[in-house]
Amino acid sequence: MASPAASTTGIGARIPRRELKRLLAGHGRYIDDIRLSRMLHAYFVRSPHPHAKLVSIDVQRASRAPGVAGVLTAVEINPRCEPFVGVALHRAGHRSAPQRLFAAERAVWQGQPAAIVLADSRAEAEDAAELVEIEWQPLPVVADQFQAIAPGAPVIHHGMPDNLAFDFTLEQGEPAKAFAEADVVIEEELRFERQMAMTLEPRGLIADFNPSDGSLTVIHAHQSPFQMQEIFANYLGIPEHKVRVVAPDIGGGFGLKLNVHCDEIATVVASVIFGRPVKFCVDRLESFVSDAQARDHRIKCRIGCKRTGEITAMEIDDIGAVGAYGMPMRFNVAEGMMAVVMTGAPYLFNSYKARTRSVYVNKNLIGMYRGVGMPLACIVGELLTDLAAHELGIDTVEFKRRNYRPKSTLPCVTPGGQRLETVSFHECLERLVGLMDYDKLRREQRELRERGIHRGIGIGTFCEQTAYGPPYYGPSGAAISTQDGCTLRLEPSGSVRCLTSLTDQGQGTLTAVAQIVAETLGIPVDDVSVAGNDSAISTYGGGAWASRGTAVGGEAALRASTILKENILSLASAITQTPADELSLANGQVINSKTGLSVISLAEVGRIGYFRQDTLPKDFDVQLSVNASFVANDKPYYMANGVQASYVEVDTDTGFIRLLGQWAVDDCGRVVNPLLVDEQVRGGTVQGIGAVLFEECIYSEDANLLNGTMADYLVPMAYEMPDIVVSHVETPETSTRLGAKGIGEAGLIGAMGAVWVAVNDALRPLGARITHQPFTPERVLDALARAKLR
Amino acid sequence: MGDVELIGDEEVEVVATLNGKPLKRRAKARQHLADFLRQELELTGTHLGCEHGICGACTVLIDGRTARGCLTLTAQISGKSVETIEGLSDNGRLAELQQEFIARNAAQCGFCSSGMLLTAYELVQGGEKLSRSEIREHISGNMCRCTGYHAIVDAIEAVLAKGLR
Ligand code: FES
Ligand code: FES
Repeated sequence: MASPAASTTGIGARIPRRELKRLLAGHGRYIDDIRLSRMLHAYFVRSPHPHAKLVSIDVQRASRAPGVAGVLTAVEINPRCEPFVGVALHRAGHRSAPQRLFAAERAVWQGQPAAIVLADSRAEAEDAAELVEIEWQPLPVVADQFQAIAPGAPVIHHGMPDNLAFDFTLEQGEPAKAFAEADVVIEEELRFERQMAMTLEPRGLIADFNPSDGSLTVIHAHQSPFQMQEIFANYLGIPEHKVRVVAPDIGGGFGLKLNVHCDEIATVVASVIFGRPVKFCVDRLESFVSDAQARDHRIKCRIGCKRTGEITAMEIDDIGAVGAYGMPMRFNVAEGMMAVVMTGAPYLFNSYKARTRSVYVNKNLIGMYRGVGMPLACIVGELLTDLAAHELGIDTVEFKRRNYRPKSTLPCVTPGGQRLETVSFHECLERLVGLMDYDKLRREQRELRERGIHRGIGIGTFCEQTAYGPPYYGPSGAAISTQDGCTLRLEPSGSVRCLTSLTDQGQGTLTAVAQIVAETLGIPVDDVSVAGNDSAISTYGGGAWASRGTAVGGEAALRASTILKENILSLASAITQTPADELSLANGQVINSKTGLSVISLAEVGRIGYFRQDTLPKDFDVQLSVNASFVANDKPYYMANGVQASYVEVDTDTGFIRLLGQWAVDDCGRVVNPLLVDEQVRGGTVQGIGAVLFEECIYSEDANLLNGTMADYLVPMAYEMPDIVVSHVETPETSTRLGAKGIGEAGLIGAMGAVWVAVNDALRPLGARITHQPFTPERVLDALARAKLR
Repeated sequence: MGDVELIGDEEVEVVATLNGKPLKRRAKARQHLADFLRQELELTGTHLGCEHGICGACTVLIDGRTARGCLTLTAQISGKSVETIEGLSDNGRLAELQQEFIARNAAQCGFCSSGMLLTAYELVQGGEKLSRSEIREHISGNMCRCTGYHAIVDAIEAVLAKGLR
């Protein structure tokens, strides 16, 4: 059989994603494309108030509406599920009130579910929901973080002394002294509004409880089937081996589809109660009031520097409004913690002071979303250092060259406690400076300023914790597995079937896994089929989150293929009477390592291994299905890094910001497939640009959402976005054989830092500064007006 | 029926051409075309991202022009010719677009892709040479949350370049 050389399809090859032909032909099977027989459709009645007493609820009329099978409220739903208490055990003092699936006596956020209507069609369920009569009595609202901690503020959760969920401080070196001794101190207050992940496909699931054998199958548009298997089993009391969670094609995740949403769990409860499949697919309007949100931080920060250009100290004080509860499994401390431990990580300095508080407010929960708190850390570090460099009269690139942590200091631990081992700040920066032609852009910027055109250049340097390990999640008490697994089977024809615990929402991880297997086994990538997304059949594992797929699941695939390779060679050795150490695999053949000539084909090995064991020695043990799991027991994360640059123009008459250019240099260790990684970086970059310029859940003073449609919530579209130049520096992770680190969030993190700095660079000659995200035209004009007043 | 009156539940007859074949069906007066395609005909390649006309995931071609499946009532297609991703796939310029999208990784989750491809198809039919910025403008009614749009523009540019050879 003539096969292309493995090297053209193996690790490092730019091969297209395998699912694309199917998806681009309209043959994807997303959650709302799937129907089961006897299936009911769910729709939720939600609290229209951010905080209200539920006085009475009457479902009689709704229950009689056409097509309706039933309407359930807290009375039926809540007792079926253990309350969620999103407390991270390893975070001392972290507090959260127990969260039930439905509002019973009180609703504490607008959008909190109070009843579920089940009908033969979604339209009938929606129509009937209008007939559910609920009497609400509005209560005083806690709308933002400062209000939440103000003395005398209403306390959202009875039984808690106040609205504080978490308060963490960190001090390294001698920050007070270091600030006192600094020649230049720059201080800023930053504000980050709430935003959404806004996957193009909203959330959804079909729960299918079988009353005759007590088994539960959930087809769930979720990034981590194993996480949900654990939740359905333990919170609903179904034996774990009877729970199966399968992910279909998913229209984008970005962390949103990692969260635990009460309406999804209630859908499963409804299926248990009715003994029928129940589908719940969120529509866009519902997604605005029900999807876990992201960000919502107020940050005070400062930096101290010596006249000679070194950094003496940094300080950050963050307060995040995390919504009404802690996100189950993933907590509400993550954004703030990530912001404070990562701030300034790329820079050499010793004295650091940090504080983060999480406080409850009457808003939807803050959940996981791409980047978690890392973009905040990037923005704080990059804005402060850029402002300081300018104050000191040092070019910002030169300042970075002097202050980045050099390779010679590695491994090291930053003042925020981050262990850096294989980062490459200087290499990334020099690559970036060359790619963008930094000096030329600076000249152009100066020339245009004289003509009243205001352009800015911003650089965003970041570290990114990728692929968390057990030291990170283990002590939290959450049943979140940071391992991944891979099962491989040689088919009799010589092709290979791979089953991974990973899931793929478009990243291309399954293609990367195929490449790793193909390369190790010396077969064309087309001879490897990869399946994932199923908690019942693959080895246990984490799934897709925290930029971990290729780094962890890829390593498991590499290890499994190494075992399979050994088994194939030993079988080939027994068949051909050649010592195994003289054999290797290439082009679908077992070859003689010295001569390169084929000894026997994989297909022949497969045929004998499965059908002609009678020709083998009596005790020869044929094992052509193998399994490997991988996790680094001692590693909290693999630290990736990178740097981005933005070139922007600010129209000072209209306040509009235009992106003219964007460059991204990343170091995610070994790149398995640059074609996939490049657009992954670009996609993250565009989300980052969107966050800084457009995206905001706008709330009134009393916590009512004001922009609940896509006409009012702006996201980046093609026209406003620049071309994005991507380049990679590869410094492999040394603790794994594959050497990959994560890449999923890098684009977003670096882009946010770069755009923040670039816009402020453009405004600098006008004496203006903008520190309230998103940078809407109105806020830009306000910043300019404030500068004029000064 | 209980104590509820529903508006728009009456049915209308729809006679049209769908993906080159005659179509004669009854449809609910209030049902939009995307739901009709997805629910009644099981043509699930047309997606729904917002159902209020912003995201472009539901894009179909009506008499050769792109239209929002979520803003078009099924009744409105009577006498018209509708094409969806299922009908156009693997043929001519759409196939070229699909190939270039795949080669450049111009899709990740694929949820926007049907709409994006049909919008791009309308553009490449014109056959004129367009700048990247003009291509970007034309596809600005189609949201993609996964890619950075860059590869999509590359792919459309490549197909346009082939058309000019
Ligand atoms: S679903 Fe029609 S435009 Fe979004
Ligand atoms: S590929 Fe996911 S929305 Fe475009």
